[in-house]
Amino acid sequence: MSRRRPGRDDSPDRLYTLTGGRSSSGSDVFDLVTLIVAECDPVPGMQSEHAAILRMSRFPTAVVEIAAELELPVSIVRILLADLLGTGRISARHPRTAHGSAHSSYRLPDPDILEQVLVGLRNL
Amino acid sequence: MDSAISEQGADRPDDRPPALRSTADNGLKIVIVGGFGVGKTTMVRSVSEIRPLNTEETMTKAGEAVDDTAGVATKTATTVAFDFGRITLDAHNVLYLFGAPGQERFWFLWDRLFSGTLGAVVLVDTRRLADSWYAIDRLEHHGTPFVVACNDFGGPAHTPEQVREALDLPEGVPLVFCDARSRESSKDVLISLIQHLQAYPAPLTPEPAP
Ligand SMILES: Nc1nc2c(ncn2[C@@H]2O[C@H](COP(=O)(O)OP(=O)(O)OP(=O)(O)O)[C@@H](O)[C@H]2O)c(=O)[nH]1
Ligand SMILES: [Mg+2]
Repeated sequence: MSRRRPGRDDSPDRLYTLTGGRSSSGSDVFDLVTLIVAECDPVPGMQSEHAAILRMSRFPTAVVEIAAELELPVSIVRILLADLLGTGRISARHPRTAHGSAHSSYRLPDPDILEQVLVGLRNL
Repeated sequence: MDSAISEQGADRPDDRPPALRSTADNGLKIVIVGGFGVGKTTMVRSVSEIRPLNTEETMTKAGEAVDDTAGVATKTATTVAFDFGRITLDAHNVLYLFGAPGQERFWFLWDRLFSGTLGAVVLVDTRRLADSWYAIDRLEHHGTPFVVACNDFGGPAHTPEQVREALDLPEGVPLVFCDARSRESSKDVLISLIQHLQAYPAPLTPEPAP
Protein backbone atom coordinates (compact mmCIF):
# COMPACT_ATOMS: atom_id res chain seq x y z
CA MET A 1 0.00 0.00 0.00
CA SER A 2 1.29 3.38 -0.84
CA ARG A 3 -1.45 5.47 0.59
CA ARG A 4 -0.46 8.95 1.39
CA ARG A 5 -0.25 9.69 5.06
CA PRO A 6 -1.48 13.24 5.39
CA GLY A 7 0.60 15.41 7.61
CA ARG A 8 3.42 12.94 7.96
CA ASP A 9 5.55 14.63 5.33
CA ASP A 10 4.79 18.09 6.59
CA SER A 11 7.61 19.69 8.41
CA PRO A 12 6.77 21.05 11.86
CA ASP A 13 7.61 24.46 10.39
CA ARG A 14 4.80 24.24 7.89
CA LEU A 15 2.31 23.25 10.56
CA TYR A 16 3.59 26.07 12.75
CA THR A 17 3.10 28.57 9.95
CA LEU A 18 -0.41 27.36 9.26
CA THR A 19 -1.54 28.05 12.76
CA GLY A 20 0.61 31.11 13.37
CA GLY A 21 2.22 29.19 16.20
CA ARG A 22 -0.94 29.37 18.25
CA SER A 23 -1.64 26.68 20.75
CA SER A 24 -4.78 24.64 20.78
CA SER A 25 -6.79 26.76 23.22
CA GLY A 26 -10.45 26.94 22.28
CA SER A 27 -10.10 24.18 19.71
CA ASP A 28 -11.18 21.44 22.12
CA VAL A 29 -14.82 22.19 21.38
CA PHE A 30 -14.48 20.46 18.02
CA ASP A 31 -15.25 16.78 18.11
CA LEU A 32 -14.08 14.61 15.19
CA VAL A 33 -17.70 14.48 14.07
CA THR A 34 -18.75 18.04 14.82
CA LEU A 35 -20.42 19.23 11.63
CA ILE A 36 -19.09 22.50 10.26
CA VAL A 37 -21.20 24.84 8.15
CA ALA A 38 -19.79 27.88 6.35
CA GLU A 39 -21.57 31.13 7.15
CA CYS A 40 -19.93 33.08 4.32
CA ASP A 41 -17.90 32.72 1.15
CA PRO A 42 -14.13 32.93 1.08
CA VAL A 43 -12.81 36.45 0.67
CA PRO A 44 -9.69 37.47 -1.27
CA GLY A 45 -6.56 37.51 0.81
CA MET A 46 -7.83 34.93 3.24
CA GLN A 47 -5.41 32.22 4.35
CA SER A 48 -5.81 29.46 1.78
CA GLU A 49 -6.68 26.78 4.35
CA HIS A 50 -9.41 28.99 5.76
CA ALA A 51 -10.78 29.57 2.28
CA ALA A 52 -10.64 25.85 1.54
CA ILE A 53 -12.61 25.08 4.69
CA LEU A 54 -15.31 27.60 3.76
CA ARG A 55 -15.63 26.13 0.26
CA MET A 56 -15.75 22.60 1.63
CA SER A 57 -18.40 23.29 4.24
CA ARG A 58 -21.14 24.93 2.17
CA PHE A 59 -23.02 21.84 3.26
CA PRO A 60 -22.41 20.30 6.70
CA THR A 61 -18.98 18.67 6.78
CA ALA A 62 -17.43 16.81 9.70
CA VAL A 63 -14.15 17.97 11.22
CA VAL A 64 -12.54 14.67 10.29
CA GLU A 65 -13.61 15.03 6.65
CA ILE A 66 -12.05 18.47 6.53
CA ALA A 67 -8.83 17.05 7.98
CA ALA A 68 -8.76 14.27 5.39
CA GLU A 69 -9.42 16.65 2.54
CA LEU A 70 -6.81 19.18 3.66
CA GLU A 71 -4.38 16.36 4.45
CA LEU A 72 -3.64 17.88 7.81
CA PRO A 73 -3.61 16.39 11.31
CA VAL A 74 -6.90 16.82 13.13
CA SER A 75 -5.30 18.96 15.84
CA ILE A 76 -4.16 21.53 13.27
CA VAL A 77 -7.59 21.61 11.66
CA ARG A 78 -9.17 22.23 15.04
CA ILE A 79 -7.05 25.35 15.44
CA LEU A 80 -7.98 26.61 11.97
CA LEU A 81 -11.64 26.01 12.80
CA ALA A 82 -11.35 27.89 16.08
CA ASP A 83 -10.16 30.93 14.06
CA LEU A 84 -13.15 30.73 11.76
CA LEU A 85 -15.63 30.15 14.56
CA GLY A 86 -14.20 33.08 16.49
CA THR A 87 -14.83 35.39 13.56
CA GLY A 88 -18.30 34.02 12.88
CA ARG A 89 -17.38 32.60 9.48
CA ILE A 90 -18.53 29.12 10.35
CA SER A 91 -21.04 27.58 12.70
CA ALA A 92 -20.52 24.26 14.46
CA ARG A 93 -23.14 21.57 15.06
CA HIS A 94 -21.80 19.53 17.93
CA PRO A 95 -22.82 15.92 18.53
CA ARG A 96 -25.75 15.52 20.89
CA THR A 97 -24.33 12.42 22.54
CA ALA A 98 -21.72 12.63 25.26
CA HIS A 99 -18.72 14.41 23.83
CA GLY A 100 -16.32 17.28 24.14
CA SER A 101 -14.24 17.18 27.25
CA ALA A 102 -11.23 14.98 26.83
CA HIS A 103 -10.66 12.25 29.41
CA SER A 104 -14.33 11.81 30.06
CA SER A 105 -15.21 8.23 30.81
CA TYR A 106 -17.81 6.42 28.74
CA ARG A 107 -21.39 7.61 28.92
CA LEU A 108 -24.21 5.55 27.49
CA PRO A 109 -25.87 7.34 24.55
CA ASP A 110 -29.41 8.62 24.75
CA PRO A 111 -31.94 5.77 24.15
CA ASP A 112 -33.81 7.84 21.54
CA ILE A 113 -30.60 8.30 19.57
CA LEU A 114 -29.87 4.57 19.76
CA GLU A 115 -33.32 3.82 18.39
CA GLN A 116 -32.77 6.28 15.53
CA VAL A 117 -29.43 4.66 14.71
CA LEU A 118 -31.02 1.22 14.69
CA VAL A 119 -33.82 2.33 12.39
CA GLY A 120 -31.34 4.08 10.10
CA LEU A 121 -29.11 1.01 9.86
CA ARG A 122 -32.01 -1.30 9.17
CA ASN A 123 -33.18 0.96 6.37
CA LEU A 124 -29.83 0.91 4.63
CA MET B 1 -24.74 8.72 -5.48
CA ASP B 2 -26.20 5.40 -4.63
CA SER B 3 -23.19 3.17 -4.84
CA ALA B 4 -21.12 2.29 -1.84
CA ILE B 5 -18.54 0.61 -4.04
CA SER B 6 -15.62 2.87 -4.61
CA GLU B 7 -11.90 2.70 -4.92
CA GLN B 8 -9.63 3.76 -2.17
CA GLY B 9 -6.73 5.67 -3.60
CA ALA B 10 -8.65 7.32 -6.39
CA ASP B 11 -7.58 10.88 -5.91
CA ARG B 12 -8.92 13.21 -8.54
CA PRO B 13 -9.82 16.72 -7.47
CA ASP B 14 -13.39 16.17 -8.65
CA ASP B 15 -13.62 13.00 -6.63
CA ARG B 16 -15.20 14.83 -3.73
CA PRO B 17 -17.52 12.83 -1.51
CA PRO B 18 -21.21 13.63 -1.88
CA ALA B 19 -22.32 16.42 0.42
CA LEU B 20 -24.47 15.82 3.47
CA ARG B 21 -27.98 17.20 3.61
CA SER B 22 -28.25 20.70 4.99
CA THR B 23 -30.38 19.36 7.87
CA ALA B 24 -27.59 17.07 9.13
CA ASP B 25 -26.76 18.16 12.65
CA ASN B 26 -25.76 15.16 14.73
CA GLY B 27 -22.53 13.26 14.10
CA LEU B 28 -22.16 9.85 15.71
CA LYS B 29 -19.15 7.56 16.01
CA ILE B 30 -18.46 3.86 16.03
CA VAL B 31 -14.89 2.60 16.16
CA ILE B 32 -13.76 -0.61 14.46
CA VAL B 33 -10.56 -1.71 16.07
CA GLY B 34 -8.40 -4.71 15.35
CA GLY B 35 -4.98 -6.02 14.41
CA PHE B 36 -3.20 -5.44 11.11
CA GLY B 37 -4.92 -6.79 8.04
CA VAL B 38 -7.96 -8.03 9.91
CA GLY B 39 -10.41 -6.29 7.56
CA LYS B 40 -11.10 -2.93 9.23
CA THR B 41 -10.91 -0.89 6.04
CA THR B 42 -12.88 -3.55 4.18
CA MET B 43 -15.70 -3.32 6.71
CA VAL B 44 -15.75 0.48 6.60
CA ARG B 45 -15.86 0.35 2.79
CA SER B 46 -18.66 -2.21 2.78
CA VAL B 47 -21.13 0.02 4.58
CA SER B 48 -19.88 3.52 3.84
CA GLU B 49 -21.58 5.88 1.40
CA ILE B 50 -18.21 7.48 0.62
CA ARG B 51 -14.93 5.81 -0.24
CA PRO B 52 -12.90 5.40 2.94
CA LEU B 53 -10.86 8.50 3.70
CA ASN B 54 -7.67 8.54 5.66
CA THR B 55 -6.38 11.01 8.19
CA GLU B 56 -4.23 11.17 11.26
CA GLU B 57 -3.76 12.81 14.59
CA THR B 58 -0.47 13.79 16.12
CA MET B 59 0.25 14.51 19.72
CA THR B 60 3.55 15.80 20.97
CA LYS B 61 4.80 14.92 24.39
CA ALA B 62 7.62 17.14 25.52
CA GLY B 63 10.63 16.00 27.46
CA GLU B 64 9.99 12.29 27.72
CA ALA B 65 12.98 10.94 25.94
CA VAL B 66 16.42 12.21 26.79
CA ASP B 67 19.17 12.06 24.24
CA ASP B 68 22.22 10.83 26.16
CA THR B 69 24.86 12.21 23.87
CA ALA B 70 23.48 15.71 23.78
CA GLY B 71 21.82 15.62 27.16
CA VAL B 72 18.75 17.37 25.77
CA ALA B 73 15.17 16.43 26.23
CA THR B 74 13.61 15.65 22.88
CA LYS B 75 10.01 15.72 21.88
CA THR B 76 8.30 12.50 21.04
CA ALA B 77 5.45 12.72 18.57
CA THR B 78 2.70 10.16 18.72
CA THR B 79 0.98 9.75 15.39
CA VAL B 80 -2.07 7.64 14.81
CA ALA B 81 -3.49 7.11 11.33
CA PHE B 82 -7.04 5.94 10.86
CA ASP B 83 -9.54 5.66 8.07
CA PHE B 84 -13.21 6.38 8.17
CA GLY B 85 -16.45 6.16 6.26
CA ARG B 86 -19.87 7.68 6.61
CA ILE B 87 -23.50 6.52 6.74
CA THR B 88 -26.37 9.01 6.51
CA LEU B 89 -28.98 7.54 8.85
CA ASP B 90 -31.76 10.10 8.47
CA ALA B 91 -32.27 13.83 8.00
CA HIS B 92 -30.34 14.62 11.19
CA ASN B 93 -28.06 11.75 12.16
CA VAL B 94 -24.84 10.88 10.38
CA LEU B 95 -22.83 7.89 11.55
CA TYR B 96 -19.07 7.91 11.09
CA LEU B 97 -17.21 4.61 11.20
CA PHE B 98 -13.57 4.69 12.15
CA GLY B 99 -11.16 1.89 11.42
CA ALA B 100 -8.12 2.00 13.64
CA PRO B 101 -5.30 -0.32 14.57
CA GLY B 102 -5.36 -1.24 18.22
CA GLN B 103 -1.69 -0.76 18.89
CA GLU B 104 -0.49 0.93 22.00
CA ARG B 105 -0.07 4.46 20.75
CA PHE B 106 -3.62 4.42 19.47
CA TRP B 107 -5.04 4.12 22.99
CA PHE B 108 -2.94 7.06 24.04
CA LEU B 109 -5.10 9.16 21.73
CA TRP B 110 -8.40 7.43 22.38
CA ASP B 111 -9.89 10.10 24.62
CA ARG B 112 -8.86 12.85 22.29
CA LEU B 113 -10.33 11.19 19.22
CA PHE B 114 -13.06 8.88 20.34
CA SER B 115 -14.66 10.22 23.47
CA GLY B 116 -18.40 10.18 22.91
CA THR B 117 -18.23 7.12 20.70
CA LEU B 118 -21.37 4.96 20.75
CA GLY B 119 -19.31 1.82 21.12
CA ALA B 120 -16.71 -0.33 19.41
CA VAL B 121 -16.43 -3.36 17.18
CA VAL B 122 -13.38 -5.51 17.83
CA LEU B 123 -12.67 -7.22 14.55
CA VAL B 124 -10.73 -10.46 14.91
CA ASP B 125 -9.16 -13.04 12.65
CA THR B 126 -9.64 -16.43 14.29
CA ARG B 127 -6.19 -17.48 13.05
CA ARG B 128 -4.65 -14.69 15.08
CA LEU B 129 -6.85 -14.24 18.11
CA ALA B 130 -4.02 -13.03 20.32
CA ASP B 131 -3.77 -9.88 18.18
CA SER B 132 -6.98 -8.62 19.73
CA TRP B 133 -6.26 -9.27 23.38
CA TYR B 134 -4.83 -5.84 23.90
CA ALA B 135 -7.78 -4.02 22.32
CA ILE B 136 -10.31 -5.99 24.37
CA ASP B 137 -8.31 -5.25 27.48
CA ARG B 138 -8.24 -1.52 26.82
CA LEU B 139 -11.94 -1.29 26.01
CA GLU B 140 -12.89 -3.16 29.18
CA HIS B 141 -10.63 -0.92 31.18
CA HIS B 142 -12.12 2.15 29.61
CA GLY B 143 -15.70 0.99 30.11
CA THR B 144 -16.56 1.33 26.41
CA PRO B 145 -19.14 -1.28 25.33
CA PHE B 146 -18.13 -3.45 22.40
CA VAL B 147 -18.99 -6.51 20.37
CA VAL B 148 -16.45 -8.96 18.97
CA ALA B 149 -16.80 -9.77 15.27
CA CYS B 150 -14.89 -12.72 13.81
CA ASN B 151 -14.03 -12.01 10.21
CA ASP B 152 -14.26 -15.07 8.02
CA PHE B 153 -10.98 -15.70 6.25
CA GLY B 154 -11.92 -19.25 5.36
CA GLY B 155 -9.70 -20.87 7.96
CA PRO B 156 -10.78 -23.80 10.11
CA ALA B 157 -14.12 -23.15 11.73
CA HIS B 158 -14.10 -22.28 15.40
CA THR B 159 -17.06 -22.64 17.69
CA PRO B 160 -18.18 -19.54 19.53
CA GLU B 161 -17.18 -21.30 22.76
CA GLN B 162 -13.64 -21.79 21.51
CA VAL B 163 -13.32 -18.15 20.51
CA ARG B 164 -14.82 -16.94 23.77
CA GLU B 165 -12.44 -19.01 25.75
CA ALA B 166 -9.40 -17.95 23.77
CA LEU B 167 -10.37 -14.30 24.21
CA ASP B 168 -11.49 -14.76 27.80
CA LEU B 169 -14.62 -12.90 26.78
CA PRO B 170 -17.13 -12.02 29.49
CA GLU B 171 -20.57 -13.56 29.00
CA GLY B 172 -22.25 -10.22 28.40
CA VAL B 173 -20.12 -9.34 25.37
CA PRO B 174 -21.76 -10.39 22.09
CA LEU B 175 -19.71 -12.50 19.71
CA VAL B 176 -20.71 -12.54 16.05
CA PHE B 177 -19.27 -14.03 12.87
CA CYS B 178 -19.08 -11.88 9.77
CA ASP B 179 -17.68 -11.34 6.33
CA ALA B 180 -16.35 -7.79 6.22
CA ARG B 181 -16.61 -7.78 2.41
CA SER B 182 -20.37 -8.10 2.62
CA ARG B 183 -22.48 -5.03 3.16
CA GLU B 184 -25.31 -7.00 4.76
CA SER B 185 -22.97 -8.85 7.08
CA SER B 186 -21.15 -5.67 8.13
CA LYS B 187 -24.48 -3.95 8.67
CA ASP B 188 -25.53 -6.83 10.93
CA VAL B 189 -22.39 -6.35 13.01
CA LEU B 190 -23.28 -2.69 13.56
CA ILE B 191 -26.86 -3.61 14.42
CA SER B 192 -25.65 -6.14 16.98
CA LEU B 193 -23.56 -3.40 18.59
CA ILE B 194 -26.53 -1.03 18.84
CA GLN B 195 -28.72 -3.77 20.28
CA HIS B 196 -26.01 -4.53 22.81
CA LEU B 197 -25.98 -0.85 23.79
CA GLN B 198 -29.75 -0.84 24.19
CA ALA B 199 -29.46 -3.72 26.64
CA TYR B 200 -26.40 -2.32 28.34
CA PRO B 201 -26.83 -1.76 32.06
CA ALA B 202 -26.49 1.81 33.23
CA PRO B 203 -23.36 1.99 35.38
CA LEU B 204 -24.04 2.57 39.05
CA THR B 205 -20.65 4.03 39.81
CA PRO B 206 -18.22 5.40 37.28
CA GLU B 207 -15.25 3.18 36.48
CA PRO B 208 -12.10 4.38 38.15
CA ALA B 209 -9.64 5.90 35.68
CA PRO B 210 -6.77 3.66 34.56
N1 LIG C 1 -11.33 -13.92 2.82
C1 LIG C 1 -11.58 -12.74 3.35
N2 LIG C 1 -10.71 -11.73 3.10
C2 LIG C 1 -10.96 -10.53 3.66
C3 LIG C 1 -12.09 -10.30 4.48
N3 LIG C 1 -12.06 -9.03 4.93
C4 LIG C 1 -10.95 -8.49 4.40
N4 LIG C 1 -10.29 -9.36 3.63
C5 LIG C 1 -9.04 -9.14 2.89
O1 LIG C 1 -8.01 -9.00 3.85
C6 LIG C 1 -7.07 -8.02 3.44
C7 LIG C 1 -6.91 -6.96 4.52
O2 LIG C 1 -8.11 -6.24 4.67
P1 LIG C 1 -8.13 -4.71 5.13
O3 LIG C 1 -9.54 -4.29 5.15
O4 LIG C 1 -7.17 -3.90 4.35
O5 LIG C 1 -7.61 -4.87 6.62
P2 LIG C 1 -7.22 -3.71 7.65
O6 LIG C 1 -7.60 -4.22 8.98
O7 LIG C 1 -7.81 -2.42 7.22
O8 LIG C 1 -5.65 -3.67 7.47
P3 LIG C 1 -4.60 -2.58 8.00
O9 LIG C 1 -5.27 -1.24 7.92
O10 LIG C 1 -3.44 -2.72 7.07
O11 LIG C 1 -4.26 -2.98 9.40
C8 LIG C 1 -7.59 -7.45 2.14
O12 LIG C 1 -6.91 -8.08 1.07
C9 LIG C 1 -9.06 -7.83 2.15
O13 LIG C 1 -9.57 -7.99 0.84
C10 LIG C 1 -12.98 -11.40 4.70
O14 LIG C 1 -14.00 -11.29 5.40
N5 LIG C 1 -12.69 -12.58 4.11
MG1 LIG D 1 -6.87 -0.56 6.92
